[in-house]
Parts: sequence; C-alpha cells; structure tokens
Amino acid sequence: MLPSDPLANVLYIDLSKKRSWLERREDLFGKYFGGAGVGIQLLTENCPAGMDPLAPEAPIVLTTGPLDGLFPLASKTVAMFKSPHTGNLGESHAGGRSAVAIRMSGLGAIVITGTNTNPGYLSIEGGKAYFLDATTLWGMTSSVTAGRIIRQNERSAGLRSIMRIGRAGENLVTYADVSTETYRHFGRLGMGHDLGTAENIQPLSALGGLPTRNLQSGRFDSAEAISGEHYAEHYLGRRLACSHCPVACIHIAALREPYQDEAYYYKTTMISYDYEPIYALGSMLGIRNPEQVLSLMDKVEVLGLDAMSSGVCLAWATEAMEKGLVTEQDTGGLQLEFRKVDGYLAGVEAITRRSNEFWRTLGRGVDAAAARYGGADFAMAFGGNEMPGYHTGPAGYLGFMLGARHSHLDNAGYSIDQKELTKGSIPAEQLAQKLMDEERWRQVLSSLSVCFFARGIYTPELTLRALAAAGYSLTAEQLAATADDIYRAKFAFKLANGFDFNKLTIPHRIFETPAVVNGFDEAYMRRAIAFAGDQLASPRAELRQSSTGGQS
Amino acid sequence: MRLSVIDAERCTGCQICMFACTRRLGFAGTGKTAIHIKSVGGMERGLSVVVCRACQDPPCAKVCPEDALVQRKGGGVILNPSKCTGCGLCREACIVSAIFWDDEAQKPIICVHCGYCAKYCPHGVLALEERREEVPDAAK
Ligand code: SF4
Ligand code: SF4
Ligand code: SF4
Repeated sequence: MLPSDPLANVLYIDLSKKRSWLERREDLFGKYFGGAGVGIQLLTENCPAGMDPLAPEAPIVLTTGPLDGLFPLASKTVAMFKSPHTGNLGESHAGGRSAVAIRMSGLGAIVITGTNTNPGYLSIEGGKAYFLDATTLWGMTSSVTAGRIIRQNERSAGLRSIMRIGRAGENLVTYADVSTETYRHFGRLGMGHDLGTAENIQPLSALGGLPTRNLQSGRFDSAEAISGEHYAEHYLGRRLACSHCPVACIHIAALREPYQDEAYYYKTTMISYDYEPIYALGSMLGIRNPEQVLSLMDKVEVLGLDAMSSGVCLAWATEAMEKGLVTEQDTGGLQLEFRKVDGYLAGVEAITRRSNEFWRTLGRGVDAAAARYGGADFAMAFGGNEMPGYHTGPAGYLGFMLGARHSHLDNAGYSIDQKELTKGSIPAEQLAQKLMDEERWRQVLSSLSVCFFARGIYTPELTLRALAAAGYSLTAEQLAATADDIYRAKFAFKLANGFDFNKLTIPHRIFETPAVVNGFDEAYMRRAIAFAGDQLASPRAELRQSSTGGQS
Repeated sequence: MRLSVIDAERCTGCQICMFACTRRLGFAGTGKTAIHIKSVGGMERGLSVVVCRACQDPPCAKVCPEDALVQRKGGGVILNPSKCTGCGLCREACIVSAIFWDDEAQKPIICVHCGYCAKYCPHGVLALEERREEVPDAAK
C-alpha cells in the first residue's frame, strides 16, 4: 500500500461505552488489501468462535479498499459479521456513497461493538465517532423518513453516507437489512440484494429458470408484466449511481397512486427495483400486477426487511397453508394465497411486528419455520439463507451451497448452468472445482471492494496495474495466493462456527421442478459438496492460475 | 466559454465529475473538487449540481479585500493563491454556494471553467459552452 495511506486506519467503536479509538493496521491492509480480505481478519480477531451473534460484543466490521476513490467502480463497502439469521459468517456488500465516504473520512475499516442503551445514531467525521441520540426516531413507521431527518441534522451533504435499519431491525427480525442512501442495501443475512438486472425476468422465465409460486414452476405466465422492460417503459422515474460509477444500475420506479377519499389527489412513491426483489416479491408469490409488486417492495423497504428472505418465507407459508401444515389459526386469521398481494402486505407487517408464534418463527427464516411446521422439502433456503432467483440447475444450487455467503454472487453458478451445462454435463468434482476457482478470484474483487458488475473490466492483468498504482507491487502468482488465503480464512471462520458441508440440506423441490439444466440428482450434488469440503479442509495444493472472472 | 449545467435531471449522482475535477490537480478522491453534486432531500428526489455560474460581474471578486480573485474572460474568477489570505469572505458573497473550501490549503476552491469534468460525465449533464446569452437565437 502507499506509505501512510489512511486506508490502514481502523476505527473501533464501542457503543456501550460510547468510546472510539483508532488503530493502524498496515499488517492487514498491506497483505489483504481491504474489503472482504481485511474484513474476515478483523471479524476473526473480534468475534471468537461460538459467540452469540446478538451478544453486545459481537462486532460488525465495515471495510473499504485501496482502489476506492482512485478508480471507477471500486464503490463497495463490505460488511462482515456473524449473522443472526444463519448463525454463521455474514458478508454483505453495499454501494451508494458509503465506501467513498468511509475512505474520505480517513478510514479503511470500522469495527462496531456494543449496544446502545438509548436508541442512538452514530456520526463519523474526520476519523472520529460522535454518539447522538435518536430516541425520537425509534419506531418511526418509515425508515425512509428517518433517513431524511438524520440528513437534515448532519453536515457535508453529498460526501456522506447514511446507513440505517427500519422497524424490522429494531424488532430483531433476523433478516432485517441495513440500507444506505435509501436505495442501496446491505441486505441478506440480516444485514445484499442487488446485481442482476431486471432484464433477466423474461429470458429466465422462458428458459424455466425463474422461481415461481415457491418454485412450483420455473416459468411465470406473467413474466412480461413484471419484466425489467415493462418497468422501464412504464414506471422508471430516475436512475442513480454509486459514487464513481458510470453504470447507474439503480433503477427507481415512480408509482403514482390515487387517494381513495379525494379526487385528483395522488401520492407518488419512488421505489427502487431490480431483479432480485421482482423475483422474490413478484414471481415467487405469483403476483402478476406490476404495481402490486412495487407496492410490496416499497412496504418491505419501509419496514427494513430483506426482500429475498421475505418473499421466500411468504411463498413457503402460502404453500404450507395450501397443504394444511399451517392454518388460519396459526396465522392469526390471515389467509395467504398466491397472486393476492393483500395477504402479503399484511404478512410482512406481521413478520415485522412478530405478532404471534407463527410470525415470530417465520421472522427467523424459512428453515426455522419448516423445522417447526414441516414442509422442509419446499423450504427454499440453502445454508440457512433464502434462495436467490435462479432455478438454473446444479451449478446454481451448488453455488448457493458452497459459496461462503450462500449467495449467487459468490461464484456465479447460475451462469455456468446457462453458458456451459446447457451444452452437456460434467463430473460433479469438476463442477465443484470450477465454482471454487471463480469464488477464489472473486475474493480479490471484494477485497478491493470493486463492484461485481465490473468483473469483466478488472481482469487479473488490469487489477495488478490498478494495485500497482495504489502502492502494491505483486505478481499474478502472489495475487492468486492471497485470494486463496482470503477464501480459506472465510471457511476457517465458518467451520469454527459450526458450518458442516455434510449437514447442508437440499430441499427436494429443486429436483422436481424442471429447470434450465435438468437431469441432476441428490447424489451428484453430494459428490460435489464432498469434494469441496475435502479441498477446503486440506492445505493449499498447487494453485491453478485462476484467470476466470468472466462468469456473469 | 464556461461550464454549463445542461440538464441536472439526467444526473445520476455518480460524482465522477467531482473525482475528475480533483484528478485534474493530480489528486485522488474528491477533496479538491470545484463542483459538487447534492441530493435534493434524498437522492430519489433528484440531484442538484453546484458549480460556479461564471458571473460576468462576480460578487465574490468584489468582496475580496486582497484582490485575490481576478475576473476571468468569459465570466467567473481566477484565484491568485499568493494574494489570498483565506478570510472566506468570497464564500459568503456567492449566493449559489459555489465556492468550496480546501481544508488543507485554507483557501477557496472555485471552478476555472476548464471543462475537464464535462469530458467524463457519462450522462451529458455538463458541457463547456459559450454563454447562452451570447449565442444568437439560443435554444433554451
Ligand atoms: S463563485 Fe459564485 S459569485 Fe463568484 S463568479 Fe462563480 S457563481 Fe459568481
Ligand atoms: S470546469 Fe474544470 S474547474 Fe470547473 S468543475 Fe469542471 S473540472 Fe473543475
Ligand atoms: S458526472 Fe454527470 S451524472 Fe455524474 S454526478 Fe457529475 S454531473 Fe451528475
């Protein structure tokens, strides 16, 4: 790294003691760059194995990387924590202005521990933390309004970043999310949906890869109505970008709704949409009306819930009601039916309020709900994390299971299905190796906190040049070795906290519903999982130069 | 010629102009930028571009007690840093708040209308152009 780069400054914040201090960690930033690489080290240092994720001492680590502020598309903040949702490693990436704001305030990482006795908010400026009282904001119906108030109180408009939780987070729903700049999220695992463009809805549905009605089908007859093209044509109101990003992938729909009680009186709501929430709160619930999907997305946003977990949980609950595993008595009188948005609007409210035992259980995720009520075969979660919207085939599903975050972004298995396995199947071990190679390379990108949208630009060659400009001189082999170290450090954390490759559950539904690539069974999946488990448990063998980074 | 904001409605808030303006001086980040992008009460409501409007009779220059702000041909001002004492009076005089502050140098940062940022704006928000008033039949 560059000599005396403020990147190596780690700000520790103890909310309980209202104390903060700085430490220089050139050892970490010099070796692991930043982002995920430094994040996993700081998490391992500060979160001993077995710690309760909701304990006050359990840290949240936020990191940026050396390319932030220097090169375009290095725009992410990486959050590392022990997830209250899966009870294991949580990693979430968010853009907006957070990364540049943290880097510009003279920091590379922030480690937050402790709890506030009073609801509070934290203002970080010039490398110092200020503790402010937010009692007045607690319980506010909309997390969006709360953001607006904080914005008015704080200086440096444009260079700051506001992160906040909504009511779901206050009530400790395990898949609450943290939003930054209103429209970017540390979703997932109780702290991202994003990436995946809404233009995928129709093509994936045509191929049978769009999970529909709790994956009873891979095709949605109303895919056109909720497609990215339809939203762009009829609702797109504005596009926004993260700092230093020319792509502007954040699509904001303007939803204009009349008030029922007065003529010529409308409210216009600005709602961000992309592929993941459209799948989870649209096709997965069988909702055909694009405006209804938008209003459900808005509700989930306002409550501060993760869209994917919410959709998958409600889809499971609907099917469980159809099958009589869950009754209206359990739901407090609420009838959930595919296609009917009213039930789902009430459902997300009930999850947030944790109104009875059923909703409290559902607020802990679909696996918890299936363990209590049955229906594990159609509880669509992998590694405790509700599934992303890709019913593409074995690579996609193995990708969710083998990825350190159980996310489709870990290794882009869904892309291997579509681009390679449609041409013919390959041995399970070879597929596992491919997924691991891709994930290993992605550790570099997420440690430089480069947006995965830019993975085609940041090839290993260009990455080495960008790193050289940031004061890191290393060879391609050294870079690959660092990537492997980071990858393994994540799994070391996971294994120490109880992750077990052999205990991964596979909901049977994925084998029943025709996907883009078919003809895979549980035995094939288990062979791939066993292979990955062996590889990660044994010391590093000779590294193949993984110059992938080309999966999308 | 001066830097004009063609259409702030097209702005995505990417701040690439701010990075460009800072890079123009050989720095990374946005610490030296003479152009700022601000949200109008949350990014969803839109963005405003704050940059010098190249006044033809600049109020900022008039209040400078050291004559450090020299009127620029085409409008706006050029700062003579050796004369500037960092008193900050010019900032108060600019009612569009287009004078920013260099905390390191303790001097104002004011756009020099070089047009470098406009080259990098991916969405056609900015352009270096003749004053519209000077262009006959200016299409508004
Ligand atoms: S800085 Fe402000 S007052 Fe001075 S010329 Fe520019 S717009 Fe006018
Ligand atoms: S015109 Fe030049 S000085 Fe003015 S904001 Fe753009 S880059 Fe900066
Ligand atoms: S570069 Fe263009 S789109 Fe981006 S913030 Fe500046 S004016 Fe807006």
